[in-house]
Formats: sequence, C-alpha cells, structure tokens
Amino acid sequence: MSGASTWSLQESDFSQIQACLSALLKASNARCSLLVDRNGQLLANAGEELSFDATAFASLTAADFSANDQLAKMIGEQEFASLFHQGDKESMYLADVARRVILVVLFDQRTTVGMVRLKVKQTVSDLNRIFDEMFARLEARGAEQAPGLLEGAEDEIDKLFGD
Amino acid sequence: MSMINYASREINCKLVYYGPGLGGKTTNLETIHGKVSPDTRGKMVSLATETERTLFFDFLPVDLGTVRGFKTRFHLYTVPGQVYYNASRKLILKGVDGVVFVADSQLDRMEANIEAMQNLYDNMAEYGYDVTQIPFVVQYNKRDLPNAAPIADLQAQLNPGWPVEDTAKQKEVPDPYHEGEFLVQQVDGQWVERAPYFESVAVTGDGVFEALRAAAKLILKSLS
Ligand SMILES: Nc1nc2c(ncn2[C@@H]2O[C@H](COP(=O)(O)OP(=O)(O)OP(=O)(O)O)[C@@H](O)[C@H]2O)c(=O)[nH]1
Ligand SMILES: [Mg+2]
Repeated sequence: MSGASTWSLQESDFSQIQACLSALLKASNARCSLLVDRNGQLLANAGEELSFDATAFASLTAADFSANDQLAKMIGEQEFASLFHQGDKESMYLADVARRVILVVLFDQRTTVGMVRLKVKQTVSDLNRIFDEMFARLEARGAEQAPGLLEGAEDEIDKLFGD
Repeated sequence: MSMINYASREINCKLVYYGPGLGGKTTNLETIHGKVSPDTRGKMVSLATETERTLFFDFLPVDLGTVRGFKTRFHLYTVPGQVYYNASRKLILKGVDGVVFVADSQLDRMEANIEAMQNLYDNMAEYGYDVTQIPFVVQYNKRDLPNAAPIADLQAQLNPGWPVEDTAKQKEVPDPYHEGEFLVQQVDGQWVERAPYFESVAVTGDGVFEALRAAAKLILKSLS
C-alpha cells in the first residue's frame, strides 16, 4: 500500500448507526453519544445538542485512544477496549468498535458507569455488525479506491485551486 | 485515510505537517487559523508543553471548497518535532493522506532537517506507506533569516528525488510552481521525481497557503 486507503459512509449506514446511538441513549439514560473514526473524524452523534466543538472533540478522542493503545501494548495488553474518564458531574465512556471507530458516551448523575458499560456492550456488538458488513461490502467492491466519486474531477479540482 | 461521508456530503482528508523541532510547523497552523475566514475553519487544538513546544499535536480543520457537491474538509495536524517524542509523532501519521515537510532553512539546522526527513520515511514505512507514492510537498521555512541556506543546497540534501521506474512516467514534468524547473526529469541518464517545494516565512504567512493548497490539490487528485 502506497498510502492510506479511502472509505466511505453511505446514507443507509448512517441511518443504521444513528438508530443504534439513539437506542443506547434511551436504554442507558446517558446525555449524548458520538461515533468517531480512529483518525479523529466525527461520523455521527445523537442525543443532547453538543455544547462544545465536536470536530476538535473528535480529534482529541482519537488521540486519547491511540495514546492509550500504545500504553496498553507497553504493559503487555493487546488493547484497552474501553476507557472511562470520571469527572465531578460529567463523565465519559469510550469503547472500541471493530478497531476502526470509537464510541463515546457522555453521561451525568442521571445514570451510572455500570449502567452505561452494560448498555454499551450491546451497542458495540450492533455497531460491530454494521461496520463489518460495511467494510466487507467495500472490500468486495475492491475498494482501495474511493468509489469513483472524484473520478474525472481533475478539471474541477484544478479550478478550485485556481489554475 | 480519507473518508467520504455521503450523509453530510463531506470528504475528509488528513494532512500532516512534519519536520524538525522549532522548524515552524505550529506557526503554519497558527497562520492559517489567523488568516482564513472563521466560517471555513474550526477550532484549533494544541497539545503543547509550558514552553509552547508541541507535545502531541496541533489540530486545525479547514474547508477548501466544494468538488462534485462535496465539501472538502482538511484536517491539518502537526507532529512534535523534538527527537524524543517519536512515539507520539508516529501515532499522528496513522491514516495520513498527505504530508507537508517543514524544513528549517537555517544553515545550522541542516542536520536536524535530514534526521527528521529520515525519520519520516522510517515512520511511514512502519505503517506500510511510501512517502514517494503519496501527496508530499516540502516547505523551506524561515526564508527571512540571514543564515538561511541556499535553496539549491536544501533541495540537494532534502529533496534530491527518487528514481522513476515506471516507463510510462519517464517524461519531463515541468514544476508548475517554479518556471524552468522540473518535477520529473532525467539527471545523468536517470529519471528522477522530486516533491514540489515552496519557500516560506510562516510567521508572516508567505508561502504558507501555496504549500497547503499544493498538498490539498495532490490529495484530491489522488482520489480522482
Ligand atoms: N524568523 C522566523 N521565525 C519563524 C518562522 N516560522 C516559525 N518561526 C519561529 O520559530 C519558533 C518555533 O516555531 P514553531 O512553529 O513552534 O515550531 P515547531 O516546528 O512547531 O516546533 P515543535 O513543536 O517543537 O516541533 C517560533 O518562535 C516561531 O515564531 C519563520 O518563517 N521565520
Ligand atoms: Mg509545534
């Protein structure tokens, strides 16, 4: 591989993911949840409106997870499949999904970390299935490549950059 | 790894600023942050030490326009340049779509530049990426300083070119950014390709956007 490959999120995948996140919030009484890819791109979010910059939050989430991944390896663990950050009022729980994305759940005193952990398990298994199917589909398509979205768009790209 | 989000109609790409410590990577992002309109960029995040040296990364998302109805969103990252932060530096390269190498033009930083360039090749190789095959530009920064090395020397040391094996690609390609120069050409009977290069003064912004746009364009072209 010469560089990183491309992947895409279809609208149908998106609505399945969204449904998963909403179900989790309902079951766990958490405030909101986000799905972030390992490169720090926000894929989806559900629940209360976010009061912070979601893009910045997503990049820090990925960095947090990747730093912890390395720490896990140093102490002889394959990975930390989940992380828990406890605050005074607000807490967050992060869980790995298919080694590709990270599920983040933000919650407060209206629920407990035990409850969140329990419900996240189900969501992670649902999301694993969605992502496995999605990546199998991309692979079947021989998808090292973007699925042709920018094919033949050279002129448009030239124009965008003014030459 | 670029990501196309059909739901939000966005193409997300990751561009990493790499180079020796104090070369001006963070300053590049600060300048971009300061000069583009707030509605085309997001919040800048910096994980730095007390003395403003990058500890983990800086992050700045910018929108560079629309192609095929999709917003092109570039996630700019810097790495920590200091030698001993290699573990963190390597993490940031994961999933990268393109690299801007920010060299420090000062004569006494030549060794540090060479070491950082070697480190880039090594870290990329560990992920199975090949720097010569991805969108890659070199930015010679701090051109304003009196002890800046001549461009020809910097090019010879840091961007001497790599052999072009593919016979279909063995033809002269003019450097669109420097008249009379070539990105692909024959040197002593050998076909070589070089990364596009730019001169910059990151503190004033000179050359910063040229390098950014060149890298962004290469990334989008690599998707087309
Ligand atoms: N004269 C001059 N100074 C510059 C230029 N670009 C950056 N600097 C200065 O160089 C110093 C280091 O710049 P940074 O942007 O923090 O360097 P860095 O590459 O991010 O360094 P690390 O985070 O340690 O890897 C700062 O004091 C900048 O103001 C330039 O083009 N000319
Ligand atoms: Mg820095």
